[in-house]
Amino acid sequence: MSKKGKYGIHGGQYIPETLMNAVNELEKAYGYYKNDKIFNAELETLFNDYAGRPSRLYYAENLTEKLGGAKIYLKREDLNHTGSHKINNVLGQTLLAKKMGKKRIIAETGAGQHGVAAATAAALLGLECEVFMGEEDTQRQSLNVFRMQLLGAKVHPVKSGAKTLKDATSEAMREWTRRVDDTLYVIGSVMGPHPFPEIVRDFQSVIGKEIKSQLLEKEGKLPDAVIACVGGGSNAMGTFYDFIGDKNVKLIGCEAAGKGVDTPETAATIATGRTGIFHGMKSYFCQTVNGQIVPVYSISAGLDYPGIGPEHSYLHDIKRAEYVPVTDAQAVEAFELLSRTEGIIPAIESAHAVYYAAKIAPEMKKDETIVVTLSGRGDKDAAMIAKYKGVNINE
Amino acid sequence: MNKISEIFKNKKCLITYLTAGDPSLDKTEEFIVSLAKNGADLIEIGIPFSDPVAEGEVIQNAMARALSENIGLDDIFNMVSSVVKKISVPLAFMTYLNPLLTYGYDKFFKRCKETGIEAIIVPDMPFEEQDEIKEFTGKYGVTIITLIAPTSLERIEKLAKNAEGFIYLVSSLGVTGTRSEITTDINSIVSKIKQITDVPVAVGFGISTGKQAKDMTESADGAIIGSAIVKIIAEHKENAAAKIAGFVSEVKTAVNGSRRR
Repeated sequence: MSKKGKYGIHGGQYIPETLMNAVNELEKAYGYYKNDKIFNAELETLFNDYAGRPSRLYYAENLTEKLGGAKIYLKREDLNHTGSHKINNVLGQTLLAKKMGKKRIIAETGAGQHGVAAATAAALLGLECEVFMGEEDTQRQSLNVFRMQLLGAKVHPVKSGAKTLKDATSEAMREWTRRVDDTLYVIGSVMGPHPFPEIVRDFQSVIGKEIKSQLLEKEGKLPDAVIACVGGGSNAMGTFYDFIGDKNVKLIGCEAAGKGVDTPETAATIATGRTGIFHGMKSYFCQTVNGQIVPVYSISAGLDYPGIGPEHSYLHDIKRAEYVPVTDAQAVEAFELLSRTEGIIPAIESAHAVYYAAKIAPEMKKDETIVVTLSGRGDKDAAMIAKYKGVNINE
Repeated sequence: MNKISEIFKNKKCLITYLTAGDPSLDKTEEFIVSLAKNGADLIEIGIPFSDPVAEGEVIQNAMARALSENIGLDDIFNMVSSVVKKISVPLAFMTYLNPLLTYGYDKFFKRCKETGIEAIIVPDMPFEEQDEIKEFTGKYGVTIITLIAPTSLERIEKLAKNAEGFIYLVSSLGVTGTRSEITTDINSIVSKIKQITDVPVAVGFGISTGKQAKDMTESADGAIIGSAIVKIIAEHKENAAAKIAGFVSEVKTAVNGSRRR
């Protein structure tokens, strides 16, 4: 029997039979196009001319001096078109959908970053787009709902379960079983059934590849650590992937601890979860003693997911990557720190990674380097952080 | 011959579904008896899961109601041990993998054997992932029911060849739930399966009336009804037994009227 798409014990294809031919078709198409010169040339043009790649690797001198330790570089995925790393994956998958002759893409979204990116790619490449978003999230992020509609996408508020990202993902999977022939489910992270974790990782791996060549140019050596935030884990996987074989480069993923890993209001999957099977994959999940998936919590809607991609679970199992929890309060502290020292307002997701970099930098030598992936920009979070701090901004 | 296959001998079968613990396990037991006494040939008991991705709203809501009672697998097995003394039709579990993985596969299938669960239907376990539990289903003699969908196409041969008990033919694209019309060409899929195997074929997803069940069993060996029964339970709650009895006997009569093989 097939063992494809396994990462150690994790991964797999735990999906209804109705979807099996669709994922097999996707696997075959991707297997072909990933080595197709024309496809890759088209994607590179989209990356460079449309999304603004390569993204900058910026030496955060003020932050480095303030902390007084390792040199901190920021990988500026926040400067991409649509404001986050999500565009890398959706351009790849939507172009693939088009090559496969699909008419429509569907996507799940939490805060709306992936939904906006998917709507953008669909508008550009002339496909229909429908986005599933938890009803709670459509209210919290109504501006993003309007952005998606402006881009021509249809947004479905999901009313089942906790009405957040987990439920939006379930509903997008259900929709795919309803209409599978002309539709590709453009999943937003390195999760779901094989081949999605591999496809999304490959399209995001441009992040790590660029970091490597950019840092070699600036410093003449590899970084000592690369740090990224992890929800499902696409920006982290994209950051880590090219460094997995470079054993001296520490790979650090920052999970959303919410109000703390010892409270139920957390989304730190590696810290608090157990092996489970959900959303098409075996991986670590936050769940009850009876194996029910629990609603999770984080200040960051983008990290508010009860699972983590299977390759991350594997990197954790073999101890190649380290996963650390960062709380809401710590992320907000880093959000302000980076805004004030560098004039860069990071996404609250990325602020989790910034926090941990700021924590370990002073303990490291001055000739050592850390690269932090800034997965997105923080404009979307400004109102929420104001509310968190009790500031009335009259929005 | 497999124990499950035997129920299809010389007759068209009616397979019914309900969710354990909706509205309570005591009531589930009462409803199972009602189903069995009024014509169900096999009863699927759904193990509630927080996020059932193959289910439509009706069964999602039933599972949410059951989970709000905080029942676990031990409670469900206790109910099964009790109800098997009152009925003679075989029982199957319909479940997602995660609650089983958490409970422990060995312990789960051991208890299936002890309590008399004959088969298991797992919507999030396609053929390629059966290795997940095969060691244990084999050890304890529990039949894994194979699902075939309208999208299975060239997979049908591999799936049918390896099927045991009965084949669960998914009538339509999408998730569970009642449908006013089933547009898939069921007859042609059934005849394709029949060329490969003698394992009986039962059609499920979207069947909610005696007429639909009769139509499906013109070519198939059985009809599976889930959401329509769960809807009755949702509407009549603890008083649903009599309504279930009336509905099931009506459907059973219709199925009996289908052309024999």
